[in-house]
Amino acid sequence: MDRVISISLGELTLKGKNRSYFEKSVVKHIKNAVKDLGAPKVYKDLGKVFVEVNENNIETLIKRLKKVFGIVLISPCIRTDKDIEEIKKASIAAVKEAMEKNNVSTFKVQTKRADKKFPIKSMEINRQIGGTILRNFESLKVDVHDPNLYVNVDIRNKCYIYTDKIRTYGGLPVGTNGKGLLLLSGGIDSPVAGFMIAKRGVAIDAVYYHSYPFTSERADEKVKELAKILSRYCGKIRLHSINILNIQREINQKCPEDELTIITRRFMMRIAERIANQNGHDVLITGESLGQVASQTIKSINVTNSSVNIPILRPLIGMDKTQIIEISKDIETYETSILPYEDCCTVFLPKHPVTKPKIKDIEESELALNVGELIEFAINNMEIIEIEP
Amino acid sequence: MIVYLDNSATTRPRDEVIDVMNNMLKIDYGNPSSLHRMGLEAEKKVESSRQIIADFLRVRKDEIFFTSGGTESNNIAIQGLINKNSRAGKHIITTEIEHSSVLNIFKAYEQRGYDITYLNVDEYGFIDIEQLENSIREDTIVVSIMLVNNEIGTIQNLKQIKKIISKKNNNVKLHIDGVQAFGKIKVDIKDLGIDTFSFSGHKIHGPKGVGGLYVRKDVNLDPIVFGGNQERGIRSGTENVPGIVGLGKAVEILRDNFTQEKEKILSLKKYFASSIQEKIDNIKMNSLLDNRSAPHILNISFIGVKGEVLLHYLERFNIFVSTGSACSSHKKGKSHVLKAINLKDQLIDGTVRFSFAYSNTKEELDFALDKLIESVNEIRKITMR
Repeated sequence: MDRVISISLGELTLKGKNRSYFEKSVVKHIKNAVKDLGAPKVYKDLGKVFVEVNENNIETLIKRLKKVFGIVLISPCIRTDKDIEEIKKASIAAVKEAMEKNNVSTFKVQTKRADKKFPIKSMEINRQIGGTILRNFESLKVDVHDPNLYVNVDIRNKCYIYTDKIRTYGGLPVGTNGKGLLLLSGGIDSPVAGFMIAKRGVAIDAVYYHSYPFTSERADEKVKELAKILSRYCGKIRLHSINILNIQREINQKCPEDELTIITRRFMMRIAERIANQNGHDVLITGESLGQVASQTIKSINVTNSSVNIPILRPLIGMDKTQIIEISKDIETYETSILPYEDCCTVFLPKHPVTKPKIKDIEESELALNVGELIEFAINNMEIIEIEP
Repeated sequence: MIVYLDNSATTRPRDEVIDVMNNMLKIDYGNPSSLHRMGLEAEKKVESSRQIIADFLRVRKDEIFFTSGGTESNNIAIQGLINKNSRAGKHIITTEIEHSSVLNIFKAYEQRGYDITYLNVDEYGFIDIEQLENSIREDTIVVSIMLVNNEIGTIQNLKQIKKIISKKNNNVKLHIDGVQAFGKIKVDIKDLGIDTFSFSGHKIHGPKGVGGLYVRKDVNLDPIVFGGNQERGIRSGTENVPGIVGLGKAVEILRDNFTQEKEKILSLKKYFASSIQEKIDNIKMNSLLDNRSAPHILNISFIGVKGEVLLHYLERFNIFVSTGSACSSHKKGKSHVLKAINLKDQLIDGTVRFSFAYSNTKEELDFALDKLIESVNEIRKITMR
């Protein structure tokens, strides 16, 4: 009896001709996620993926696998040879373990035969295993409608017995759907936005704007930490760190005060677009949510958009703050996001920012600035940090 | 050149301190509670430190207890005094400008149904003596006051405070948070009739994680830490021997150089303050420059500047200062001390604390001053519209 984790791939299996491409990708991500845990063996058995484990690292393994997009279910299994006596023994062990964790009074055996050549039919296996469990656990009864415990017997090249199904994020394997550049701030929203797009199979890099020495090095550390947490879901992230103090200073001196924020945001977009074009990112990703702040009104978003040609994905656009916070807590970015350091957006905060800017007005204000030169300077002084999970 | 002007937050341990600690960690690592010779050696070293500190404070050796530092000393003293005397009443008094390690104890007791008086302070940070007099009642059991304020340096008039307390209710116990005063100004613990007095190692060029509490001989405390009865039950737990010995060494050196170092620090403060007054407009001195303020603390508001931004500007030149107090810099709220002295929000935002040590030099200050002027001007140019 060996211990393995079985992995179910959800919507991937609907991908028709591309299926093997998606499968290969998810297997690669699984291997990456667990490679430092004693390089456990990852293998396929008739369409399902399995990871071999030892008792000591099973919890860590599950935690890691939960973060691999493309997986929908994880089950810790006992693996046996295709021998009915072995299967019976394993079932007893599985039930015993389940009973130690939870209150169990009723159960049902479910058998699947991916290997149709196995001589005993599913119904007969259910009957035999059920009988064995009843004989070994006096307190248990069979309930085929609403049991406390499902004992699953999965017959492939090997046989797998499991009682637990852990639901994960699903989605598509990172990298199967192009590359995106996330505008990552130290706040709550942008890491969530990155997570949501990565979940749709997009590989993520990030750009981060700061105004040192107006902002602190601690704020930098915080963004790096957020990128690190994200990288546990979406793999290695290249974090482009850009000082925009120079730009903010120019805007502050030469443009109307109420337009500070919106013009700064247009610069952020333009710089991000440049980085994206240079590095093959297909889209920009932001954490904007409609109406949250002045720069996120529908008119402001239009004005921001008009500064660039690259598509911008805004996965949080229709969400409210409580929903976003819920996700950020779930993906473990929240505690880091709420650390209180000045960020570049609060350095020059106009008292009354425009909420209904017009493209024409903003473009006119920008005439006072040497846009190209400012962007050039910022990009030339960019710092790139490789963030590994 | 590194110009460290954040000596109220912590200080660089003296080389001699590091050496003796190194020795304690590497060679004399015995547990003072062990019966064998190595234990005895460790115990002797701890006791010798205790003697040095007692002599320095001019108190009895058995009145000094070692702790993990100022926060723990404040906790042991205040909670110990309240718990011991709770039958006599449930009224306790402190000031609105205490360190969080004191304020948070009072908040906790407030939740447990105790009646708290927070004494107001004036624009310099001196407590309202009249209010103190009017506040002390029959059921008042403890008064806790910090001798030197950590943010602005104000030295409270303890003599006057003690006189009023004794006059109104002689049973009231007086705890003094002496963390910023210890080693910086002369304190006559005995003459003043203080019941408990806390101090810390890392503020006087000793190690972090060690401090002490003076408890007057006839004062009883209920312990809040229980264990193997080390420090005569007041603070159980195996002694931090390297820390204690390092603290002893720091006090020993301080004792020999006290007047000279104090004078030097004070002259640095005065020089720096007057240079700033002369060369930078639109500032407000929040620290007094006479003997009513500690020699090492200088708190200034720069109008039109954010303190945190100025701090980062200076750090680029390896000049290290603090905004408000270091302990509160992680919180977003404004300094409660600066609010209490009625400083306007705009000024609070622009506040920086410079704090000096014996090792600072005039050259360092000249360099810092140069960069300070440059930074303030630049920040004002950027942010003022």
